Amino acid sequence: MTWTDIIGFLIVLISAGLLASLAYFHRKSPPTFRELSAFRLLRKAIGLSVEEGSRLHVSLGRGGVNTPQWASALAGLATLLRIANLASAGDRPPVATCGDGALSILAQDTLQVSYQKTTSAGQFDSTNSRLTGLTPFSYVAGAIPIMHDEQISTSILIGNFGIEAGLMTDAAERQGSRCVAASDNLSAQAVLYASTQDPLIGEELYAAGAYTGAGIMHAVSLHVQDILRWLIVAVVLIGILIKLTGLL
Amino acid sequence: MKGIISVLVAIIAGLLVLAGYFFDLPALTYIRIVILNWAVILAAVALFVGIFNLFKVHATKVRAKQKGHLYSVLAVISLLFTLVVGLALGPENQITVSIFSSIQLPVEASLMALLAVTLIQASIRLIRYRANLLSAIFLATGVLMLLGTAPLPFLEIPVLGELIRPFIARVPAAAGARGILLGVGLGTLTTGLRLLFGADRPYEGK
Repeated sequence: MTWTDIIGFLIVLISAGLLASLAYFHRKSPPTFRELSAFRLLRKAIGLSVEEGSRLHVSLGRGGVNTPQWASALAGLATLLRIANLASAGDRPPVATCGDGALSILAQDTLQVSYQKTTSAGQFDSTNSRLTGLTPFSYVAGAIPIMHDEQISTSILIGNFGIEAGLMTDAAERQGSRCVAASDNLSAQAVLYASTQDPLIGEELYAAGAYTGAGIMHAVSLHVQDILRWLIVAVVLIGILIKLTGLL
Repeated sequence: MKGIISVLVAIIAGLLVLAGYFFDLPALTYIRIVILNWAVILAAVALFVGIFNLFKVHATKVRAKQKGHLYSVLAVISLLFTLVVGLALGPENQITVSIFSSIQLPVEASLMALLAVTLIQASIRLIRYRANLLSAIFLATGVLMLLGTAPLPFLEIPVLGELIRPFIARVPAAAGARGILLGVGLGTLTTGLRLLFGADRPYEGK
């Protein structure tokens, strides 16, 4: 076991301990967070879609099960579940698009569970979750017609996207629909910053569950991230001081 | 009962893979590799299911004669044709390769070119959406980087190409990128932990 492994293992262990203990302490009073305009827009969009009888489009990106981008896909799935639950009062269920096979199956499962939980009649339509393409641009090319043809009032892009996400935000703009977008990819974040009104930058992607009320674990996850961030800041500052004093 | 079993399988598999990563024990490493290989095989099967889903969506569109169903006819024919050619001739065959190099790649390249235009439009819209200092810095940085990188036809701006562009790329851009990546890393860590705690169960739609 190298030093890097030991430090990594300790970080995982400390994070797990913090997550468990904070979840226990906050079990009755969930923590509150600063307002993020993108999530305010998302909540408003869900309400409006129910009122208008329009549809929400949740695009989960191309995070594959055996890639580091899978975490962003999981964050997207948690958000999809909350959106599907909240939009269940409407006439039309949300439609999910994915660029990975496993993600497509999980999205379908998520929509089906939400449908069964909130709807008593009718049969679940398995085409509400779609694999639109496997390469970045074929994925976007498959998703854009859905944004045009299926009465989409809001598109929620949450997951792993590259710069091709710019074509989807442009399609939403042309369609006159709202767009909330977040990606774990740096280039995509720059594109989304320029092309959406309320972009979510960096780790805000992983805050979607907490802001849409996905449960106490999502909420305390943000606290754990904050604590770890302060620890990293402290370590960086100590490192700078050691370097400046010539000890290292 | 089914739910408990699936949660247990997911948590144990996750813990074993994590432990196999940190502890250099032959048994753990072996289990980690086996589980990851299973994941790769399952991902490939899932891909096939996903493609079937794609076929079903377009077939439904064609049957119901929905808006744009002619494009769906084209998509279904292309899908079946590529599948048959790929299965019959193999992925290395000249015809199979040319389907990708002569159709797929040019189409994707043209979408990339379209994206360049789209991004210019988006930059103009940015001024309309958020006329603030950050947007101004964002746009000014973009213009400076473009002028410092692009080959200009009649003049060269040495200060931009040799001083300003490298400074922006190495100092503020690298620092910002590292900060964002650290945040993404922490988000990834807590997402993984929620799975290990069984709080997030995407395999059950929860």
